[in-house]
Amino acid sequence: MRSVYLDNNATTMVAPEVREAILPLLESEYGNPSSMHGLGGSSGKLLSEARERVAAGLGCSPSEIIFTSCGTESDNTAIHSATESQPEKKHIITTRVEHPAVLNVAKHFERKGYDITLLSVDSEGRMDLDQLRKAIRPDTALVSVMYANNESGVISPIEEMVQITKERGVLFHTDAVQAIGKIPIDLKTLPVDYLALSGHKIHAPKGVGVLFLRRNTPFRPFMLGGHQELGRRGGTENIPGIVGLGMAMDLAGKHIGEENTRVRAMRDRLEKGLMATIPDAMVNGVGAERLPNTLSIAFKYIEGEAMLLLLDQFGICASSGSACTSGSLEPSHVLRAMGVPFTYAHGSLRFSLSVYNTDEDIDLVLKELPPIISRLREFSPFRRGDEGLDWVEDH
Amino acid sequence: MWEYTDKVREHFLNPKNSGTIENADAVGEVGSLSCGDALRLFLKIDDEGRIEDAKFQTFGCASAIASSSVLTEMVKGMTIEEAEKVTNKDIADALGGLPKEKMHCSVMGQEALDDAIRCYRGLDVAPAPEGEIVCKCFGVTDLQIKKAVLENKLTTLEEVTNFTKAGGGCEDCHGRIKEIIDEVRFGAPDVKPLEVKPVKLTNIKRFQLVSQTIEEEIRPALHKDGGDIELVDIEGTVVIVSLRGSCVGCPSSNLTLKDFVERRLKETVEEAITVREA
Repeated sequence: MRSVYLDNNATTMVAPEVREAILPLLESEYGNPSSMHGLGGSSGKLLSEARERVAAGLGCSPSEIIFTSCGTESDNTAIHSATESQPEKKHIITTRVEHPAVLNVAKHFERKGYDITLLSVDSEGRMDLDQLRKAIRPDTALVSVMYANNESGVISPIEEMVQITKERGVLFHTDAVQAIGKIPIDLKTLPVDYLALSGHKIHAPKGVGVLFLRRNTPFRPFMLGGHQELGRRGGTENIPGIVGLGMAMDLAGKHIGEENTRVRAMRDRLEKGLMATIPDAMVNGVGAERLPNTLSIAFKYIEGEAMLLLLDQFGICASSGSACTSGSLEPSHVLRAMGVPFTYAHGSLRFSLSVYNTDEDIDLVLKELPPIISRLREFSPFRRGDEGLDWVEDH
Repeated sequence: MWEYTDKVREHFLNPKNSGTIENADAVGEVGSLSCGDALRLFLKIDDEGRIEDAKFQTFGCASAIASSSVLTEMVKGMTIEEAEKVTNKDIADALGGLPKEKMHCSVMGQEALDDAIRCYRGLDVAPAPEGEIVCKCFGVTDLQIKKAVLENKLTTLEEVTNFTKAGGGCEDCHGRIKEIIDEVRFGAPDVKPLEVKPVKLTNIKRFQLVSQTIEEEIRPALHKDGGDIELVDIEGTVVIVSLRGSCVGCPSSNLTLKDFVERRLKETVEEAITVREA
């Protein structure tokens, strides 16, 4: 059975060009770039080339690139740097819809005595600039706002938020893991201090990420060890991953037009098709500017995990913000922050596309999902006109 | 992805006895919207008190659907006395086991069966559980946690959450749940916990918190369904509001006020808050 992969915000397939670039490194080019011999030297050269490729993709200098293990490490390092370098400042601003790589770090600092301000979003997932203006204080160490949301796809007004933050002399970090490769980002014109990205979201392998660190921005290493990455991140570099990431950044630049034309058109066709054929559905963040590849859609009266497992029978891979998919008891914090009612939040599905999807993939979802939803609704105790929710605890 | 047994998969993909029973002799209803599961169980019971037929309607994940399906298979042919001895462990065992995080689905099955039996016997819905509410998110009391710990030999917070849902929300109760586990396992501590007096809000602070919660959380949620709300006045702890848009004249407007608006204000502002419409 052909797999229809529509879960690209979770991870992506390794691009064929990336795979080709990496394979020789696993066979013969295995030198340590820090070694003083030929094999090490050639790895060092590959490392430099990859750094230049990533820098070119972001519009920054190679010396502003630190290779890490993932987006989470990059986010952690940025927040750690901003707080450790300004010990007198005990206030962090972030948002209710961040990835756990930021939210859980904020919670950690809260336990250490920091004040944390979590900016809200409206029902479409949009942020309010006035809320940010009011939240900044003299002791604010960092503002950390994701570039685009992994679940709803809603894009944050980063340019305006950076401007507001910079006017007050506060450091700014953005988790751009979902934005890279989907919307143009040029760090020459976007004055963020820290930016995190992850290789496996842009068709590089898992286990490699980048922290952009603007020149002269305060920095404290998070990984202590050797002199690698100019002493900013100890640990032998993951050369195959880094080379793959360099290649993936090149590809991301080439594909960005297609992301915003063909991929967007497929996403829109999927969205319109599902909304036209399935009653009691709603698109999360429909009124906001969204990533071209992401559709978060919720279906009332049924639960997401059940839909995912039935879609899996047809080889269709998607994800859900329902509680049951995560083992928690509450649905997605992003959907709840948007005020999505429980009955919809539990019935949410996220389809996230890539340039490797085809019209046939969309056709298959449009064919198979409506009967799945009808079937699950048949044995749901809730239905239109007879919600029958009065006997259910609404905690 | 969860590791489901073949039996769970089979009961999920081909559920037995889904649907309703016309003129059922007993209906059991249980569920929680926040954790996304609800079960309505229908029983047809003969004159001898034996369950002739059982059907279910379930809103929930694969485990919830499979637990409902296997429960209906199990109880068919049982007398009421036999059925009331069915435990959540029996349901989980009949499925060849459930992931530990999903054990509450089997608990839901057992609770629905209890509710149906109460219905058959003409008893009112189960009284509110006794004891001190420990987990405010899911309304679980200390006595319920103690019972689960004792009956299932639970030793960790994670296990308590898996079986009772307690602690699965805001996490504020984690410390108390751990104390309860220790009390059951090792006996109550000699020292009584200090009594914490609730903080009394000033009128201005209460007004600020109520306004903020309505603007940032309640109004956006109502907008989703074409409704709206306006804060009219606050008299002591009574919050007076006016519903707008599609909420006006909606048959569920009382539920909206009590189960959503009032509950949220109790959680975010003050337990004593009540809401009424202008």
